[in-house]
Amino acid sequence: MSAFATLTLPKPWRRKNSVIPGFGLSMGVTLTLLSLIVLIPLASVLLILKNYSLADFWRVITDSQTVATYRVSFTCALIATTVNVVFGVLLAWILTRYRFPGRRIMDGLIELPFALPTAVAGIALTTLYGTHGWIGSLFDKIDIKISYTQIGITLAMIFIGIPFVVRSIQPVLEKLDGQYEEAAAMLGASRIRIFCRIIFPEILPATLAGFGLAFARSIGEYGSVVFIAGNIPYQTQITPLIIMLKLENFDYLAATSIALVMIVFAFVVLFGINILQAKVLRIAGGAT
Amino acid sequence: MQAKTVERTLIAIGVAFIALMLILPLVTILVYALRQGWEPFMDAITNDYAIKALNLTLLATAITLIVNTGFGLFAAWTITKFRFRGKQVLTTLIDIPFSISPIIAGLVFIMVFGRIGWAYPFLDAWDIKIVFAVPGIVLATIFVTFPFVSRELIPLMQAQGNEEEEAAALMGARWFHIFRKVTFPHIKWGLMYGVILCTARALGEFGAVSVVSGHLRGKTNTLPLHVEILFNEFRLTAAFSVASILVIIAIVILILRNIVEYKLKQEES
Amino acid sequence: MYVELKNLNKRFGNFQASDNVGFGIEKGKLIGLLGPSGSGKTTILRLIAGLETPDSGDIFIDGQRVNDLPAAQRGIGFVFQNYALFRYMTVFDNIAFGLTVQKKDKAFIQNRVSELIRLIGLEGLEKRRPHQLSGGQKQRVAFARALAPNPHLLLLDEPFAAIDAKVRKELRTWLRETINKVGITSIFVTHDQEEAVEVADEIVITNKGRVEQIGIPVDIYRNPQTPFAAGFIGESITLSGYGDLHGFEAVSGFDRAVLRPEFVRVTKPQKEIYPHASQRGVIDEIFFRGSTLELRVNLAGQRLTAYQPLDGDAFAVGEEVSVLIYRLYLCNERDVLKVENRSIQGETAFFI
Repeated sequence: MSAFATLTLPKPWRRKNSVIPGFGLSMGVTLTLLSLIVLIPLASVLLILKNYSLADFWRVITDSQTVATYRVSFTCALIATTVNVVFGVLLAWILTRYRFPGRRIMDGLIELPFALPTAVAGIALTTLYGTHGWIGSLFDKIDIKISYTQIGITLAMIFIGIPFVVRSIQPVLEKLDGQYEEAAAMLGASRIRIFCRIIFPEILPATLAGFGLAFARSIGEYGSVVFIAGNIPYQTQITPLIIMLKLENFDYLAATSIALVMIVFAFVVLFGINILQAKVLRIAGGAT
Repeated sequence: MQAKTVERTLIAIGVAFIALMLILPLVTILVYALRQGWEPFMDAITNDYAIKALNLTLLATAITLIVNTGFGLFAAWTITKFRFRGKQVLTTLIDIPFSISPIIAGLVFIMVFGRIGWAYPFLDAWDIKIVFAVPGIVLATIFVTFPFVSRELIPLMQAQGNEEEEAAALMGARWFHIFRKVTFPHIKWGLMYGVILCTARALGEFGAVSVVSGHLRGKTNTLPLHVEILFNEFRLTAAFSVASILVIIAIVILILRNIVEYKLKQEES
Repeated sequence: MYVELKNLNKRFGNFQASDNVGFGIEKGKLIGLLGPSGSGKTTILRLIAGLETPDSGDIFIDGQRVNDLPAAQRGIGFVFQNYALFRYMTVFDNIAFGLTVQKKDKAFIQNRVSELIRLIGLEGLEKRRPHQLSGGQKQRVAFARALAPNPHLLLLDEPFAAIDAKVRKELRTWLRETINKVGITSIFVTHDQEEAVEVADEIVITNKGRVEQIGIPVDIYRNPQTPFAAGFIGESITLSGYGDLHGFEAVSGFDRAVLRPEFVRVTKPQKEIYPHASQRGVIDEIFFRGSTLELRVNLAGQRLTAYQPLDGDAFAVGEEVSVLIYRLYLCNERDVLKVENRSIQGETAFFI
């Protein structure tokens, strides 16, 4: 407990330093670039919406076809991220705890969805899971279609989200030394019990963080999802795609309004995850 | 169950997942690219439009790297070396592009520079094109990868602390001298890591660029957009051939990333 | 006064790190800033160095007000707690850094650095990197690096905190001797009173951002001026019912007393010398402390600690003993009153 207390005690007098040079210039460059690239363009979205009434805004964002896209994006992202959490924990576990041939290559491959251009991933998945693809044709025999259905969208979201979850959990598992597990085993705890009671609580905050990142990315993802989605209204249209369609039709009101909904939603997700994480951490901190 | 059995089962599930989700798509690309032999593959990648798309992609990536590396260094210096009000807010603002859909990243630039954007009258008067032109593509790419370098540097520089810089400053060393001699050796691998991630994302950015490009072949088409057009025209072999260039770049980046990560870990221990 | 601080105040958020700090230091002296962690001693050091800017108050060095002088121009050498050696430079480059910044010529730098390396006794290690050095060696390099540009004032932040106990003693003696040899005015920060007493010419005791007392070690030990100083120096315990002790009476306005183990003498009842001044107690516990025995004595419900030399009488737990208390420091919230056992006054010559 005392070690924990010293760790969290604020030590403000350690940080402030008037001697290190460069505050003005680096702050200036940072703020200028941030404003030019991010803040001013983002604010322009609000500037556009200013020309429309609240009623218009509401009508556009609650249009039935648009609402259907929220539903598709949300459910597919939720399922995909849940799958990713399960496999993410499993992958992080075997990568940190077991030694087997090909482990290093596997570790490197986890990052593939980060490195592979999303459009390339998109066409690969669409072809692979299409009715003539290697996997798609197998499922076609039992009358399950993957490409151009919500299953396909979910698969693409799993692809894009997996590194977020694995990379969030992995460092925590690496730091969690075997002593806890050994201590629990000495006390006669079973393997499942050790995992549920000792390890899972330790990786829970990181898992939540990974969940949040993967979920936000899945909701917003365009390139890898758009090909496999197929753009069937009410069925496989995702929210980023409908924004794209509205833009192509020069329906700027609808495009910006839906975009605003997405931005707000992304912040709510990240904020919610932050609160959850803080709660979990507080429980963990209080328990030690 | 025996511990060994559990271990083997878990590894088997993990390997199966990776094979199905990650390796198989990769193999798909390469097989489809070469399924009609070498010649159509070479034709596709030496096609005039493909070369022009590659050049544009490389140009956009290069500019993005310069801007975002510069920004990352200044931002990390500001945030880790000084104490000021609103630091947390600044950190959050920098991370915004990370949590926003690439489509929106493209959209915001349409709202600034497009026909309905507030900057349009000015641009029109001077006959400057940004949206549906190369500058728009570059801007959208910068936006999407904006926090990549600073995100790597900030935790690293926070962990190092400021005492070495203070010691150097106390002896009268100038900013650039301190940065070059004291700070840079600590962060060079972290910087490299951020630059690599930024490169990967910039090369492959699709959504944001797709919104602002206008898809003019030979002019505003990047390599990923070129892949999209070919695919939508059902020219699968050509699409996968061009895609395989991007795959090879991605694999090279992955390998570099792993080397740099290894160096970074070595440095830490 | 060579260094003079006047009414310094410094606040970090809600934390008052320096509360009206003022004291002066003579040229050539080695000063120890002593206090518990969070008492504001490091802040004082950083204010003098210019690493922090005071909210109010003045800092004078050699008669010049340096508040507005950039840190680098104050002529100060600073040794950081964790040394802050440049990890990517060799020992030589570390020590040479300040001189390189001043653009001194190569031959001069070579000479000065070699001289310093001789001074710190690390000849032959010039090419090493900090991570190839022991804690003590790093400390010496940090010291040499601070001295290289010939500062007028040397500041050391917890110079021995990161070094293991055995080397620490040796290094203390070394540092004291070396500073004397160089003849530089120095201030160091420590939370270890033994260290402060052993190394410093004068001690400044800090607590909660304030200066409690300043003086030579013996004087601070003998005549603490604040309750905090009385309790902080020495291994003391605080008693509330001190008026019941033989040889002492309750003084109005002082509700407790600080008692140090070295002012307690425990003897066999038959060897009692001052019956009026002594009283009976029972041994509760005995601990072996290496060079002495530590006794816990129950004295009518109050527990005292006393030391017993290894060659003295042997006691057993539960044994009845005679307890003689020489001196108490009576305290209230503000003041300290030193009282000797009245039954033996004038009879014992107590050096401290």
